[in-house]
Amino acid sequence: METALRGFVHKYGKNVDTDVIIPGKYCNIIDPVELGKHALEGLDPDYTAKMKAGDIIVADTNFGCGSSREVAPIAIKGSGTAAVIAKSFARIFYRNALNIGLPIFESPEAVDGIEAGDEIELDPATGVIKNLTKGTHFKAAEFPPFMRALIEAGGLVPYVERRLAEMA
Amino acid sequence: MGMTLTEKILARHAGLDRVEPGQIINAKVDLVLANELSAAVAIGVMRGMKGASKVFDRDKIALVEDHFVPAKDAQSAKLAKLMKDFAAEQEITHFFDVGRGGIEHVVLPEEGLVAPGELIVGGDSHTCTYGALGAFATGMGSTDIAAAFVLGEVWLKVPATIKIVYDGELQPMVYAKDLMLRTVGELGIDGATYRAIEYHGSTVDRLSITGRFTMANMAIEAGAKNGIFHADEKAIAFVKERTNRPFIVDRADADARYERVIKIDVSALEPQVACPHTPDNVHPISQVTREDVNVDQVFIGSCTNGYIEDLRIVAKILEGKRISPKVRVIVNPGSQKVWMQAASEGVLTTLAAAGCAVNTPGCGACFGGHMGTLGDGERAISTTNRNYVGRMGSPKAEVYLASPATCAASALTGKITDPRVLELAGV
Ligand code: SF4
Repeated sequence: METALRGFVHKYGKNVDTDVIIPGKYCNIIDPVELGKHALEGLDPDYTAKMKAGDIIVADTNFGCGSSREVAPIAIKGSGTAAVIAKSFARIFYRNALNIGLPIFESPEAVDGIEAGDEIELDPATGVIKNLTKGTHFKAAEFPPFMRALIEAGGLVPYVERRLAEMA
Repeated sequence: MGMTLTEKILARHAGLDRVEPGQIINAKVDLVLANELSAAVAIGVMRGMKGASKVFDRDKIALVEDHFVPAKDAQSAKLAKLMKDFAAEQEITHFFDVGRGGIEHVVLPEEGLVAPGELIVGGDSHTCTYGALGAFATGMGSTDIAAAFVLGEVWLKVPATIKIVYDGELQPMVYAKDLMLRTVGELGIDGATYRAIEYHGSTVDRLSITGRFTMANMAIEAGAKNGIFHADEKAIAFVKERTNRPFIVDRADADARYERVIKIDVSALEPQVACPHTPDNVHPISQVTREDVNVDQVFIGSCTNGYIEDLRIVAKILEGKRISPKVRVIVNPGSQKVWMQAASEGVLTTLAAAGCAVNTPGCGACFGGHMGTLGDGERAISTTNRNYVGRMGSPKAEVYLASPATCAASALTGKITDPRVLELAGV
C-alpha cells in the first residue's frame, strides 16, 4: 500500500451485503476478472458498466455483511475498483479484504462528506482522504498495529510463509 | 475479573492465562472446515504459499461438498473435483462427498467432529453453529482458511461478549427459530458485529440441541463473531454418543465481564417472521398476516432448520393434507443421516404425499444456488437464515424467514399463515 489512489465515487447505503456484492449463482467462479464482471450486480446492475478502473466505492455502515465468501472482495477488486470507504465493515469482509489486498477505509465523516460523482484521493499509508471536488479532507481510522503489520507484510500469505519458516 | 465462555476457550487455545476483549491472539485450532466453494479458493491460495505443501493435520480438517451438489453445471463440478482431489492428495480423513454428508454444519456435529471447549474455524459464515455445543466456532474467508490449513492456528481479535438471557415458557408453535429471529430483530444486523453472543436462561436450558443449533447458527445474522451456549448434560450426551475424544467443558466465571446484558421474556412471544430484505426486519406473525401475503415457494431446509426435528414438525402439520395448489414446496434434509432417519420414520413419504418436492441433502435453494431458485416477482417463505436481495435467486424476488411450523402452515394455505390458527381455520 504505497501510492495514492485517485478516482470517482459511487455511493451506496447501509448493509451492502455479500449476496448483492456477488450473488450466490456466481460463487462457482474463481477468476477475479470474471467475478469482477458481476460486482455489485444484485444492488446496482449498472455498476460495472458505468465504473472505470480506479473508481472508489463509498458506503454507509456494515459494508459486506452476510456470507464469508471471499469472492465478494475479490469481485470488487476484480472489477477494477480501487478501494472501499465505509462507515463500518462487517467482520469477515474486513478480514477478507485485508487478506486479499483490497484497500478499505473506515471513516464516517468522509462518507458523510462525499457524494456520488466526487473525485477523491486516498493515501493508504496515512489514511488521508481528500475530496478533490469539494476541497475537503478527512482521516480514516487507523488499523491496529497487528493488522498494520499484516498489511505492510503484503497480506496474510507472506505472514504465513514467515510463520512456516519459524515453525520449521 | 473473570472471563466469559468465549474468553476462556480463546485463552486456552492461545496458551494464555487470560485474554481481554480487543486483544489479538494467535490461537491453535481443533478443526478447520471448508466447503467446495471456500476450499477451491483456499487451495489455490495454499498452492501459492512458499513452504506450504502439507496441511498441518489431516485428521483436523473437514471438507464437505454441499453448496452446488450434486453439481449443477460443469463449473461447479470442477470445484467439487478440485476439493475431492485435494482431499485425496492430502489424505484428509474427514471428506464428505455428496451422498455421504450433507450440509457442512449439520454434518460436523453429527459426525462427532465438534466438542465443547474446542476452537473451530470454517470457510463459511455459519460455522458459528457449533457454539450450540459449547465450542468457539467462527467463519472466515478462504485466505484465512488456507492459513489455518497449513499453520493449524489463526489470528483472532478477542470479542467482547453480549449476554442474552431468555426466560419464560415458549407457547405452542413457537420455537427456537422464533426466539432467534426476535433476537436478531432486537440486535439489528450489525448489533453484535465483532462480538460474541452468550446464550443463557431457563428457556434455552430447556431447548433441544437442535434448537440451540438454530440459535447459534443465526448469531452471524446479527453480525456476531460467534454464538455460544454452555455445554450442559444434554450437549455432553450428544457429543459422547458421537465421539470418544476427550474434551473440556468450560463455564463463564460468575464475575465475567459482559459488554451488554439483554433479557428477553419469551412467555408472550408469537411466531416471528423476518420480512424482506434483511434478517432483522422481524415482525410478530399477527402483524404480517393482517394482509394476505401470498407465496410462490416454501423452502424447508438449511443449516438453520434442516434437522430431523424440523422435518417432523413439518410432517406433523402436513400429514394427510395437500399443500395449496398455488405453491411449490421444496424440502432439503440437512444431511444424509437426517434424510435416512426421515425416510425410516415415514416423514419423507408424508411430505411427498402432501405434494412437496424432496431433494437430496445440501444447501440447494438456500443461497439461490440451484434446485429452487426464485424468479422475478416471486415470493418465498423459508426456514433459512438470510433474505437479502437476491439471496434465493432473482433480485426481484422476496424472501420471508420463519420457523418450520410457520412455513408448513403457509404451504397449506398458499399465504403466510400463523401455525397457531391453522386448526381454528379448519384447514
Ligand atoms: S444451508 Fe444455506 S446458510 Fe447453510 S451453509 Fe448452506 S448455503 Fe450457507
